[in-house]
Amino acid sequence: MYGVISSASIWAIPLLLSIILVYGMYKKVPVFEVFAEGAKGGFDTAIKIIPHLVGMLVAVSIFRQSGALEWLTTIIQPVLTFLHIPGDIIPLALLRPITGAGSLAVTTDIIANFGPDSFLGRLASTMQGSTDTTLYVLTVYFGAVGIRNSLYALKVGLLADLVGIIASLFIVTVIFT
Amino acid sequence: MVNWIWFGLIMIGVIVAGINGRIETISEAAFEGAKTGVTVCFGLISILAFWLGMMKIAEESGLLLKLQKLLSPIASFLFPQVPKDHPAMGYILSNMSANMLGLGNAATPMGIKAMEELQKLNPDPKTATPAMCTLLALNTSSITLIPTTIIAIRMNYQSANAVEIVGTTLFATMVSTTAAILLDKYYRYRTSGYRKG
Repeated sequence: MYGVISSASIWAIPLLLSIILVYGMYKKVPVFEVFAEGAKGGFDTAIKIIPHLVGMLVAVSIFRQSGALEWLTTIIQPVLTFLHIPGDIIPLALLRPITGAGSLAVTTDIIANFGPDSFLGRLASTMQGSTDTTLYVLTVYFGAVGIRNSLYALKVGLLADLVGIIASLFIVTVIFT
Repeated sequence: MVNWIWFGLIMIGVIVAGINGRIETISEAAFEGAKTGVTVCFGLISILAFWLGMMKIAEESGLLLKLQKLLSPIASFLFPQVPKDHPAMGYILSNMSANMLGLGNAATPMGIKAMEELQKLNPDPKTATPAMCTLLALNTSSITLIPTTIIAIRMNYQSANAVEIVGTTLFATMVSTTAAILLDKYYRYRTSGYRKG
C-alpha cells in the first residue's frame, strides 16, 4: 500500500513536468524563454511576502517561547476531562492553525512519547495531516498581493480548523477504539 | 481580526513570560521568529521561480485552459463571480489539483499566482474580494489525499501500520473543507449587501 502511494507521489512531479513540456513543444511554444519570463516574477513575489511573514512569525515565536501554551492547557483542563478529551492533544490543537513547523514538532513529540500506534499518536497524525496552517496561508497569500482588509477569511479558516479538529477526534475514536 | 490576533499573541507572550520569570526569552524569541520569516521567504524564491516558470509554459500552450474547461462545473460553483475564461480560474484549479495531489510546494506558487490574477479583478486593491476569501478557505483547509510527511514520521518511529491514518485523515480533511466552503458561502451571503465583486 505504502509502496504504491509513495511511488505515485514520486512520479507525480516528473510526470507533470513532462506533460507541460511536451504539450508546450507540440503547440510550438518557445519553452525555455517562456519559462524564464514566468520565473522572473518569483523573486518579487517572495520579497513582497517578507514583511508580512516576519511580523507574523515574530508574534508566534514570542507566544510559543513564553510558556503561554502550558497555561492555556492547564486552564481548560477541567473542561476537557469532562468531555473525555485527552489533555495532551490540546497544545497541538491550539498550535495547528498558528504554526506549521511548531505543530509538526508537537506531533513528532506525541508520536515519539506515546508511540505512533497509540490513540494519541493516531489522533495527532490525523489532526496534523488533515489541515493547513491558517495563519501562514493567510499571511502569505494576502501579503503577496497587498490585501489589508481580509474580510471574513480568517474567521472562516479558524472555524474550519475547529471543525477539522472535532472531526479528527470523532473519526479516530470511532475507527480505533 | 488579524490585528487583534497579532497583538494578542505578542502581549500574552510578554505578560506570561514576565510572570514566569522568563522575560529574557522574549527578545531572543522575537529575533528568532524574524529570522525564520526571512529564511522561509528566501526558500520560497526558488520554488516560486521554478513553478511560475513552468506554469507560464502551461498558460501559453493552452494546457491551463484545457484544465479550466475540464473542471469548469466545480469552478463556477465555487467562484461564481470570476469569468470562466479568465486566467485566474486556471491558476485556482491548478492550485486545487496540486493540493489534492499533495504537491505542497507547487500548490503555494499557483495559489499566489491565482491571487495576483484575482487582484486584477479587484475594484479595491486593499480589500479582499469574496473570490479571494474562497480561495483562501480552500487552501487553509486544504484537501489532502496522502499526508506524506506524517506517514514518513510514523515509519520513523516504527509504526506497525504507518498508512492506517490515511483514511481518518481523508475523512477529517473532507469534513473541514466542506465546513470551509459552507462557512465561506454563508459569510459571503451575509456581506453581499455591503460589497460585490
